[in-house]
Amino acid sequence: MSGTRITYREAVKQALREALHADPRVFLMGEDVGKYGGCFAVSKGLLDEFGEARIRDTPLSESAFVGAGIGAALGGLRPIVEVMTVNFSLLALDQIVNTAATLSHMSGGQFHVPVVIRMATGAGRQLAAQHSHSLEAWYAHVPGLRVVEPATIDDARGMLRAALASPDPVIIFEPISLYNMDGELTDAAAAVRLEGARVHRAGRDVTLVTYGASLWRCVTAADTLAADGIEAEIIDLRSLRPLDDATVLASVHRTRRVVIVDEGWRTGSLAAEVGLRIVEQGFYDLDAPVARVCAEEVPIPYPKHLEDAALPGPERIVATVRRLFSDVQ
Amino acid sequence: MSGLPEHLTREHGLRLLREMLRIRQFEDRCAELYGAGHIRGFLHLCDGEEAIAVGTMQALGRGDAIVSTYREHGHALARGVAMGPLMAELYGKQAGCSGGRGGSMHIFDAATRFYGGNGIVGGGLPLAVGLALAETLQGRNAVAACFFGEGAAAEGEFHESLNLAALWRLPVLFLCENNLYAMGTALARSESQTDIHAKAAAYAVRAAVVDGMDVFAVEAAVRSAAEHARAGQGPSLLEFRTYRLRAHSMFDAQLYRDKAEVEEWRQRGPLTTLTTRLKAAGLMTEDDFQRLQHEADAEVQAAVQFAADAPWEPVEDLARHVYAEEVRS
Repeated sequence: MSGTRITYREAVKQALREALHADPRVFLMGEDVGKYGGCFAVSKGLLDEFGEARIRDTPLSESAFVGAGIGAALGGLRPIVEVMTVNFSLLALDQIVNTAATLSHMSGGQFHVPVVIRMATGAGRQLAAQHSHSLEAWYAHVPGLRVVEPATIDDARGMLRAALASPDPVIIFEPISLYNMDGELTDAAAAVRLEGARVHRAGRDVTLVTYGASLWRCVTAADTLAADGIEAEIIDLRSLRPLDDATVLASVHRTRRVVIVDEGWRTGSLAAEVGLRIVEQGFYDLDAPVARVCAEEVPIPYPKHLEDAALPGPERIVATVRRLFSDVQ
Repeated sequence: MSGLPEHLTREHGLRLLREMLRIRQFEDRCAELYGAGHIRGFLHLCDGEEAIAVGTMQALGRGDAIVSTYREHGHALARGVAMGPLMAELYGKQAGCSGGRGGSMHIFDAATRFYGGNGIVGGGLPLAVGLALAETLQGRNAVAACFFGEGAAAEGEFHESLNLAALWRLPVLFLCENNLYAMGTALARSESQTDIHAKAAAYAVRAAVVDGMDVFAVEAAVRSAAEHARAGQGPSLLEFRTYRLRAHSMFDAQLYRDKAEVEEWRQRGPLTTLTTRLKAAGLMTEDDFQRLQHEADAEVQAAVQFAADAPWEPVEDLARHVYAEEVRS
C-alpha cells in the first residue's frame, strides 16, 4: 500500500471501510450516507458492502440523529455520525455542546461519549453563505470535545482510527475543497496521533501556523517566498482542541516571526487564540508583532472572484509575511 | 379513579406506597434543606407526580435504560439510585451519585442505567433513541424509557425523535408527564393541539393517555408499552395526566394558577388516594402505614447525615473528568 496516490475523499472512505471491518460496534449514520453514497461521495458503495444496519440513512433531523449517536455511544456502540456541513451542524449544537461535551464531567466520570462526528467545512466550491463557513473555533471553544481537522492524505486516512479509539467525543472537520485533492499516502497502516501539531515544511525565517485547507494556501505562499529568499516554516495544527502550544512555540523560538492563517473569521478566531498563546508564552522570542490572515468578515459570497477575495489566499499570506520583514528592517 | 387491580397483593400494594412515601419524604426534606442553604441552584420537586415514577419503574427491568428530566429525584429513587448518594449530590458532595458535579438537575447512575436528569427541555429524547438503537444493534432485549414534560412537545427534538424511533422501530418508551404547565405557561397558551398523545399519530407511533395519578394505571400502561417494544413493534408514547402540587422551582411565586385548582388536584394526590384505597380494600392497616412512614423517615435521616458528613471535593480536582481519565492506580 505504501506510496499509493489517492484522493482525500478516497482516504476518508478507506478509513471508514477499515473501521467498519475492524469493529462490529462501529456504524455510520447521516443524511444521504447510504443510497446516495454521501453528499460528497465519501461513503459510495458502503451500503452494499456493510448493509442497512450499519450504513444508516437518516431523516433531515440533525439534532435527533446526532443525539442518537451520542445515545448509541452511551449504549456501547462506536457511532460515526456524518453531518453534511458545519453550517447544518448548528441544528445539532444543543446535543453536541449541552450533552456530548458535558456528560463525562457532569456524571463524575461514570459515562463517556465515544462518538465521532464528521462534518464538511469551509469554502472554495461557490456554495455561498449557508454551506461554506468555517466554524471550527466554536467547537474548539468547548471543554469536553476533541476537535481535529485532517489537511493531508495521511491524516485523512489515519485520524478516524485514532478518533474511534478515544473515549471522548471527537469532531472531525473535512475541508470541502480538499475532497478532490490527490496525494501520496505514505503508509495506510501507520498509526496516526489524534493530538499534536506537525511541522509540514521546515524553514528558518518565519512560521506560518495553520490548519485545514489553508495548509495548502500556505504551501503556495511559502514557494513564492522561497523565491525571495524567505524560508517559511509551516505548522499544521491538526488538532484544534486541544491545541499543541509546544510545537508552535518551538518554531517561533527558531524563526522569531509568525503569521497565523485561518479560514475562520478574524473576530474570536482560532487565530486569535493561537496568537495570544504565542504572546503569553513566547513574547520575548518575537522580532515582529504576531500577524494573522483570516477570512474577511463577510458571509462567504457566491461569485468566484468574491469568494476568493474573502478567503486567506496565498497572495495575502505573502504580503503579510513581507510586511513583517519590511516593518522591522 | 378505578378500583384496585383484581390480583393486587398486599405486598405489591405496600411496595408501591413505600416507594412513593420515600420520594415524598425525601423531597419534603429537600425543600427544608433548600431553605437552610444546604441545597442550592435549581431544585424542582415532583410532589403530585410520584405515581408516574413508581409505576414506571415497577414495570421496567434492570437492563432497561432510563433518560430523565430536571425533575427527576422521584425517577431516580424509584429506579433504585441509593438515597444517600442522591442527597449528597444535592449537597454537591463528591460522594454524590454524579460525583457532586451535577446537582439536582443532573442525577446520573451507571449501576441502574440512569442516564441523567437533563437541564435542556427535550434534550434527552434523542439520547433515548440512540440508547434504544444500541440495544437493538447489539441484539439485546432492553428498552429505553424517556421522561419529558408536555412543554417538550413544543421542541423540535420531540418531533424528530418520535419520527426516528418509529422509522427504525426502536424500543423507546416516550413517557410524557403532562402536568399542564411548562414552568408558568399553561398548555393551552403554548400548544395548538393540547392532547399530546394525538401528536404521535403523525409519526405512526402507538399512543395512549393515562391517569398519571393512579399508580396502577401507570404500571399497566408502561408494562404494555414495554412488551410492545420488546416484541420489536417499536416505540410508544404515553401521556400521563398529572399535576405538580408544588411550585415549578424554589423561585416560583405561582402567579399563573389558582389556589383552588391546586387544591382540587391535591384531593387526587397519588399518595392520598393510594393510602385510602389500600385501607379500604383491607390490604393495609393504619399500623402498616405508620411503619412505612417511619421507615421512610429513617432512610431520609440517614441520607441527610451521609450527605452532611461527606467531605467536599478538593479544588485541585476541578478539571477531572472533562475528558475520560486513564485508569488510576
